[in-house]
Amino acid sequence: MSEYILLRHRDIPDLDRLKVYLKNGGFEAWKKVVTSMEPAELIQLAKDSGLRGRGGAGFPTGMKWSFVPNNLWPHYVVANADESEPGTFKDREIMESNPFQFLEGLMIASYAVQAQNSYAYLRGEFWQIGLKLNQKIAELEKAGFLGDNLFDTKYSLRLHVHMGAGAYICGEETALLESIEGKLGQPRLRPPFPAVAGLYASPTVINNVETLTNLPPIVQNGATWFREHGTEKSPGVKVFSLSGCVNKPGNYELPLGTPFRKLIYELGGGIPEGRAIKAIMAAGASSALISATEAALDTPMDYESVANLGASLGSASVIVLDESVSMSWLAQKTTHFFKHESCGKCTPCREGTYWMAHILDRIEDGGASAKDVDLLFTVARQMQNKCLCALGEFSTQPVVSSLEKFRSDFLARVDGQTR
Amino acid sequence: MPKMVTLTIDNHPVTVPQGTVVVDAAKKIGVDIPVFCYHPKMEPVGMCRLCLVEIGRPMVDRATGQPLMNEDGTPKVQFGPKLETGCTTPVSEGMVVHTQTDGVTSARKDILEFLLTSHPLDCPVCDKGGECPLQNLTMRHGPGNSRFLFDEKQHLGKNIPLGELIYLDRERCIQCARCVRFQSDVVDDPVIGFYNRGRKLEIMSNSTPGFDSIFSGNTTDICPVGALTTADFRFGARPWELKSAASICTHCPVGCNLTVNVRREAKSGGDVAIKRIMPRQNESVNEIWICDKGRMAYHYAESKERLTSPLVRKGADLQLVSWDEALDLAAEKIRSAGQLVTLAGGRLSNEDLFNLVQVTQTVNGRALLYTHMAGGDLVARYGLPEGSDLGALGKGDAILVIASDLHQEAPVWWLRLKQAAKRGAELIVLNPRETRLDKFAGHVVRYPYGQEVETLSAFLPGAQVPEALQGVVSAFQAAENVVVFYGSEGLGLDGSQAVAQTAAALVFSRGKTGQPNNGLVAVWPNGNTQGAWDMGFKPSADLASAVRTADVLWAAAVDPAGDDPALAEAVDGANFVIVQELFLSETARRADIVFPAQSFAEREGTVTSGELRVQRYYPAIRPDANTRPDFAISAQIGLRLGLKLETSVPSLALLQAVEKVPTYTGVNYQRLAEVAEQWPIFGRKDMYYGGTGYANSQGLGVKLALAADGINPHAAKESAGMPPAAVNGLVLVPVTRLLDRGATVMPSTLLHQRLADKVLQLHPRTAEKLGLNADGDVVVAANNWTVEARIQLDEKVPVGVALAPRSTGFPVSAPLAAAVTSRVAVPEV
Amino acid sequence: MNELLAKYPTEIKAILAKYPPEFKRSAVMPLLHLAQGDPGYITPQAMQDIAEICGISITEVGSIVGFYTLYYDKPLGRYHIQVCTDMPCALRGADKFLKELCERLGVKVGEPTADGLFVIEEVMCLAACHRAPMFQVHGDGDLVYHEHQTVDTALAVLDALRQKAAVAEEGKE
Ligand SMILES: Cc1cc2nc3c(=O)[nH]c(=O)nc-3n(C[C@H](O)[C@H](O)[C@H](O)COP(=O)(O)O)c2cc1C
Ligand code: SF4
Ligand code: FES
Repeated sequence: MSEYILLRHRDIPDLDRLKVYLKNGGFEAWKKVVTSMEPAELIQLAKDSGLRGRGGAGFPTGMKWSFVPNNLWPHYVVANADESEPGTFKDREIMESNPFQFLEGLMIASYAVQAQNSYAYLRGEFWQIGLKLNQKIAELEKAGFLGDNLFDTKYSLRLHVHMGAGAYICGEETALLESIEGKLGQPRLRPPFPAVAGLYASPTVINNVETLTNLPPIVQNGATWFREHGTEKSPGVKVFSLSGCVNKPGNYELPLGTPFRKLIYELGGGIPEGRAIKAIMAAGASSALISATEAALDTPMDYESVANLGASLGSASVIVLDESVSMSWLAQKTTHFFKHESCGKCTPCREGTYWMAHILDRIEDGGASAKDVDLLFTVARQMQNKCLCALGEFSTQPVVSSLEKFRSDFLARVDGQTR
Repeated sequence: MPKMVTLTIDNHPVTVPQGTVVVDAAKKIGVDIPVFCYHPKMEPVGMCRLCLVEIGRPMVDRATGQPLMNEDGTPKVQFGPKLETGCTTPVSEGMVVHTQTDGVTSARKDILEFLLTSHPLDCPVCDKGGECPLQNLTMRHGPGNSRFLFDEKQHLGKNIPLGELIYLDRERCIQCARCVRFQSDVVDDPVIGFYNRGRKLEIMSNSTPGFDSIFSGNTTDICPVGALTTADFRFGARPWELKSAASICTHCPVGCNLTVNVRREAKSGGDVAIKRIMPRQNESVNEIWICDKGRMAYHYAESKERLTSPLVRKGADLQLVSWDEALDLAAEKIRSAGQLVTLAGGRLSNEDLFNLVQVTQTVNGRALLYTHMAGGDLVARYGLPEGSDLGALGKGDAILVIASDLHQEAPVWWLRLKQAAKRGAELIVLNPRETRLDKFAGHVVRYPYGQEVETLSAFLPGAQVPEALQGVVSAFQAAENVVVFYGSEGLGLDGSQAVAQTAAALVFSRGKTGQPNNGLVAVWPNGNTQGAWDMGFKPSADLASAVRTADVLWAAAVDPAGDDPALAEAVDGANFVIVQELFLSETARRADIVFPAQSFAEREGTVTSGELRVQRYYPAIRPDANTRPDFAISAQIGLRLGLKLETSVPSLALLQAVEKVPTYTGVNYQRLAEVAEQWPIFGRKDMYYGGTGYANSQGLGVKLALAADGINPHAAKESAGMPPAAVNGLVLVPVTRLLDRGATVMPSTLLHQRLADKVLQLHPRTAEKLGLNADGDVVVAANNWTVEARIQLDEKVPVGVALAPRSTGFPVSAPLAAAVTSRVAVPEV
Repeated sequence: MNELLAKYPTEIKAILAKYPPEFKRSAVMPLLHLAQGDPGYITPQAMQDIAEICGISITEVGSIVGFYTLYYDKPLGRYHIQVCTDMPCALRGADKFLKELCERLGVKVGEPTADGLFVIEEVMCLAACHRAPMFQVHGDGDLVYHEHQTVDTALAVLDALRQKAAVAEEGKE
């Protein structure tokens, strides 16, 4: 019996082969929903399970589905497999090794909103995975799990893989839709929300790969079973991508609410060379830094508890920073990422990331003064609450929080001081 | 009537239609929320973030749905945690907007500072300096200095030609995407776009030629910085040195309102010279847009080739003479003429045309309109009456366009019909080949050239409707209001007469003549063809013989000899030729007397648009001292014949005309100068809102009354048809291209790369049948002429015909059978 | 003549079938991937062909090429060796790895090797943070990850590519 719910391939060899997947209960959930469940029932099940989106915002999945209006057709479901947040590599493992469970999840979500064509948007760098998913989809069509009149019902479904081409912003759901539509990946104004006017102006559900991968077990085992894991408000398990200054980086599937300490020290093997931990980023490069106090290490990793630390769990991409890391270097790295990935549509993000990166370069090069450190802070604050989408906001998080918590790291670089 | 919504902005209540966005609502009560990316003519995108304001909404008790009240009885208002973009937020009942709080002003300052971090601040050498939204808004709302380090500014390309007409300064661009959105959303020419992303976003064009759009100049008006400039104006002058004169474009029947910007210049001997042409707002005509022909084809007015003195033929030569000598001679010739034929063109003003007619009639001469298009009398009776506005057509209305490539013949009408279709109007396009209007039409009907009437007749009541047309005909009949446009695609005078009559009958049959948004519109070849009809000119079915047999030919603003060898021969046949012209045209070269006339830029006048709107243009530059306006020339001849015509004040000449032309009753220069408030509010100091085009303070024009007489115009029985093609030959059909090689276009050398060439377009199969090579040189022969030309293969051209663009060197004024042979071969005669 | 359509008729048909017929524009990204495969970059002709297939302007196609980092509109190195030096990888030595790799190859970032076969590039996070240093090889219409790298293993990867390219060249002759 497998311990894993999402990373089941770690227990079951060759789970990416259809035969093996079927032998292990594969597509039973799919058959069940298509042949015996009303879409509304399925949406209720998702609501009851308390499943929340694993793409970052933690929005309740069942609720998201229920926003799709039934007087506007067609509907679409799009799997967000853009996974480009620095420090995040969970969707990749799921799609590489447990592809059928992900596809089955996408199919279940499609059925929930009666979409007949659904897309998986993969970042372009996942080229190999894209090829693999295309193969799997072809197998499913051949096996009768996809296509017209499934299981002799009226329901028909087709899946399509759409490859991105290198743009983090396409993980933002409206930019992603623009990208599928063959346009620049720039976010749209909201409202209207995708649930009402999404892909091709039709109602569209966008769910993260991991969110979708939770669906087959939920259908099979029920909402109560799902709630046995995790916390009251953050039920279920989550794949934590652990990276940075740890001995055993990698993906860890744990119940939501597991403390940081367990992930970093018990499973992750602690900090290399016995150095001291300095800070944690819980949501990849977009994180506000968490000072690695004892209390912080004991904080349960669920959406609410991490928010109480002034940070957010996001996609649970835990990057560990130890005492050897200068936060001014860190801010420079993250800022360059956001500067590179800013789509350029809105002024504060386009100009602010550019400006911050410049100041940080100057600081790291030893050409700055303490006044520049202050300027950096005001520039970051100046961006906040003004951007069109969350990317700009994300970019300020590591900068503002590192300046608030580790200002001395920056001051150690000013006035010509070098490393 | 949309639902009205009341909100409060900076403590002022304002009531606006539902759907209005906050910045527009504020504008209505004079509160200026600064914007960059927002433009009132385009969908909001909320990109620049300059318009951030505080927005509060009344709180509602969740349980009861009742509004929550403060203790003092006022509704409780909840403000969001963040500022919101006023340009994207629609108003709602009870909304409270603050645009002047500390939070708002500091956010504005922040955004401006961000924009300035990348800006070169080269205002002293920037064409936009002085009328730059970024400059103005920075002065008003921006930070006093920049905290950004200038040595770290990025430097980007300057003076980059996007095409030969529009230049880009990459450093100045603030990535507002107004230009990109205008090109793709407003005019459907997505020929410029962004390249790269983030701070590296830059405007680029991949089209051939670069920035390939006939509307490109408009982007330089709406660009809120000096990033886009026209090759015509850049480095030409500082905006504050410019003076302006209101004008009207006379290149096509739309009658776009213009502002001519002038400045004193050394090159004009210290006199004023035209620096640029800008759009002037008239929401019922051109809104705030003009096409590139209207913007850039004005240089003829200042051409060195202009005539500057009267000429009289003495012996073999035309010699300089005094005005009196030339006028006396002309009057004497006209008085004693057995048959006077006066031939005038639709470029002239109503005053010019009226006076020409008066003189002509006193000697029982014929006043002939030089045109290939008929129906002005019908438009005067069944045209679009007062209260009509193409900008108001939408759901429930039908617009039928037959035999016109509107994008090329009247670009701004094309734009307005496209928009009407978007608002829900039923757009029906009937044309033998694909045009740029098809894409927006609900129904497209193809017919072979020469089958116009047969096709259009299906829409008449009681007609036998072919199966294939049943859907479109019933859509047309179901419409509340109906506007019918007819053009001259592939038609000569006979052909267009038949179409005009049938189209008029169609309009008449609906019984709504004289009601707003119902009527007939002719897509005339010139800016004042309608005025020419109204003033009494009529075309002739056999122009060549009328000219040839004239005792005196009096030609004003036309060049028959230059257009067609047959007409040149006819001109040579006339006994005596008098010409009023701007240039020494082919006809003028053959004349006995040549009068130097004045262009629209040098004088006043009125013109009548295809929508029956009389509009007034004003003098912008000083005329050459020895030239005279056409109305004065004819009046001075008239004086010598004992006529009392106005020789110096055009407004008085119009008053005389009005007495004789009933539909013009009540039209006078004062009324033509009247203005009313328009929406969007446009062209004030806050030009950031709508662009640098001009507000209209000199007149919106006057709509004519219809010559409504209740007479059924009777549809034509059949089309004029096509001439039979000879063996090994084909039929040339004339089509109109916007940028042709006419006398008023050629002097604008900037446009030369975009002019239509002497190229016959034909279907590959037609070429194959004639044994012609693709894109090869050919000899075209018909009647008594031969011209050398090139052919271009295009699958969109119907088989068996070749498209011959007008005014490019093909003497084709109506469908014409011709032999087309490869240039290497000997042409068959 | 649409050269792309002539070269890949079935592939293009399959791509178009993925999207509703009235939204052909959606095919622009897959078509760019397809067109880039063989010459290694998007030629002006390919841009024209794609514009035609998708019913959009060549400027709009160029705009897409400019926005996304995996499309190249100039030929530059047959294989793009894209090393992730983003923060998580950098914490595991990616910056040092890149520097040494360049030194061993005698090139700078962004400059092609003398034989024109490789260009080393620095890229942002590739979702392989736990297996740094790592790089991806983009070329020949393929994109392959190489994780847990040392400079020596990386050079071996490049050697193998060089051999593959040579064999392919011989095949052509
Ligand atoms: C800049 C930015 C990047 C994002 N990247 C991703 C991503 O790579 N994958 C993802 O699933 N969600 C990403 N998101 C979140 C999505 O917008 C969206 O919330 C999510 O896909 C919804 O799925 P879920 O409800 O299943 O979490 C990103 C959001 C932003 C603002
Ligand atoms: S060129 Fe002008 S209109 Fe176009 S994006 Fe730049 S600033 Fe805006
Ligand atoms: S965001 Fe409102 S004007 Fe630009």
